[in-house]
Amino acid sequence: MSEEKFDCIIVGAGPAGSTAAYELARQGLEVLLVEKGDKPGSKNMMGGRLYCYSLHRIIPNFWEEAPVERRVEKEELSFLTEHGAMTISLDNEVLGEAPSHSYVVLRADFDAWLAGKAEEAGAMIATGIRVDDLLWAGGKVCGIKAGEDEILSDVVIAADGVNSLLAQRAGLRGELRPEHVSVGAKSVIALPEKTIEDRFCLRGNEGAARLFVGAGTKGAPGGGFLYTNKESVSFGLVFNLGALIKAGVSVAEAVEDFKFHPAIRPLLEGGEVVEYSAHLVPEAGLAMKPRLFTGGMLVAGDAAGFVINTGFMVRGMDLAVTSGALAAKAVIAAKEKGDFSADTLKIYEDFLRQSHVYSDLEAYKNVPELLEEPDMYTTLPALVVDILTDLFKVKGNPPERVQKMVMRHIRQKTSFWKLAKIGWKGARSI
Amino acid sequence: MKRLSIQERLALDKFQVDHEEPHITINKDICRRCVLKPCTFVCPAALYTWNGEDISFDHAGCLECGACRVACTGKAITWNYPRGTFGVNYRYG
Repeated sequence: MSEEKFDCIIVGAGPAGSTAAYELARQGLEVLLVEKGDKPGSKNMMGGRLYCYSLHRIIPNFWEEAPVERRVEKEELSFLTEHGAMTISLDNEVLGEAPSHSYVVLRADFDAWLAGKAEEAGAMIATGIRVDDLLWAGGKVCGIKAGEDEILSDVVIAADGVNSLLAQRAGLRGELRPEHVSVGAKSVIALPEKTIEDRFCLRGNEGAARLFVGAGTKGAPGGGFLYTNKESVSFGLVFNLGALIKAGVSVAEAVEDFKFHPAIRPLLEGGEVVEYSAHLVPEAGLAMKPRLFTGGMLVAGDAAGFVINTGFMVRGMDLAVTSGALAAKAVIAAKEKGDFSADTLKIYEDFLRQSHVYSDLEAYKNVPELLEEPDMYTTLPALVVDILTDLFKVKGNPPERVQKMVMRHIRQKTSFWKLAKIGWKGARSI
Repeated sequence: MKRLSIQERLALDKFQVDHEEPHITINKDICRRCVLKPCTFVCPAALYTWNGEDISFDHAGCLECGACRVACTGKAITWNYPRGTFGVNYRYG
């Protein structure tokens, strides 16, 4: 194997890596896609949803052939107290209109399919191989080391995920900071197709996406999620790691406790847990961006921290796909020039700057500041749930004027000043 | 609906445990001095436990998320992915 030299070695067969491999192989480059899992997808998990527009630009109407679950046409955001829930629910067929729609996906099958597309296009895939180190020559990366094997290439694309040990080895990034990542844990819970449709008011292939703020994380910054698959739901919690360390909440306990919240339990009743999984989510956007290139190397996807969490939606795969495609575009430009130095490869960052990846990250760059506001997870859910509860409850006493009741709750739980501060942060961030 | 212990949940997953080369090793001397011991609650698989004297840890059952590595600011944890083909194999993901 060491005799051979590839145009590009891509580490990690997730959406960034497989898209890059697909694009490069289609242009006739010699590509090796290396994956540590037994098969592509076997190490990958997420909460559950893929926004389609970006992969549609690479593989038009990919959802017609890819293993996708349900098309999201129902969006719900709930504020939870220990006993109650206030839910904003949006049903709209427009949400399902291609290509600005989204699908719930299960990554083991989906990622295997996408890697298969790269292979069909001519990329070579090597699975079950952990890349241990980079090879260097003349100050540039020139290949990878995996066990005893050394494999050479003009460029290495590190698409090795949020923990990107390769970006770290290349000196492009230091240690991840706890406040920059979240830890997510999820149970896939099998339920009959008909039960899912009945419980979530869905027809046919329609799907629901639900996010939960408040009691699920026991008041710690983070949130719950529930996405409907065809015959299961993906259900779990995400915690900001920095805040979690201070809160001292057990992730393994909290995610199981959450199943029994009064607003959740009826949705899951009778379901059978078939898998339990966990992952880190890079959530600090541009604040955690590593250097994205060096001589002979580029960084894409989660490895580059390309995830957006706005509090009401979470996007990662769509950004991974675009960054993988743009990394491929940069490699092609470098190959045409016959120069793989940092000076040439920096065009990757220019491509990203001109793309939606940077404009999206830039647009939501103040959100992490809002999401670290502790009141978002305790005071706000309590306020909305308790005000609405008083509004709908008939006690047989002389009624309190609504305005007075609202003021009373605000004074009891927080202050106008604090609310205004959150409102201001919210307005600034989205 | 039954509450599942973490052991019951991990038993549902498919693992290929590397008995020769654990992918995570810990320096227990550092752990003894650590006040917060975040590994004992941030690990979604609850693989780290404090018995009053030592941290005990088992790499079998690791979901390879990396939370312990990032949370352990005392640098007691040496973390890598498992060798190729070893570790967790998600069937759903």
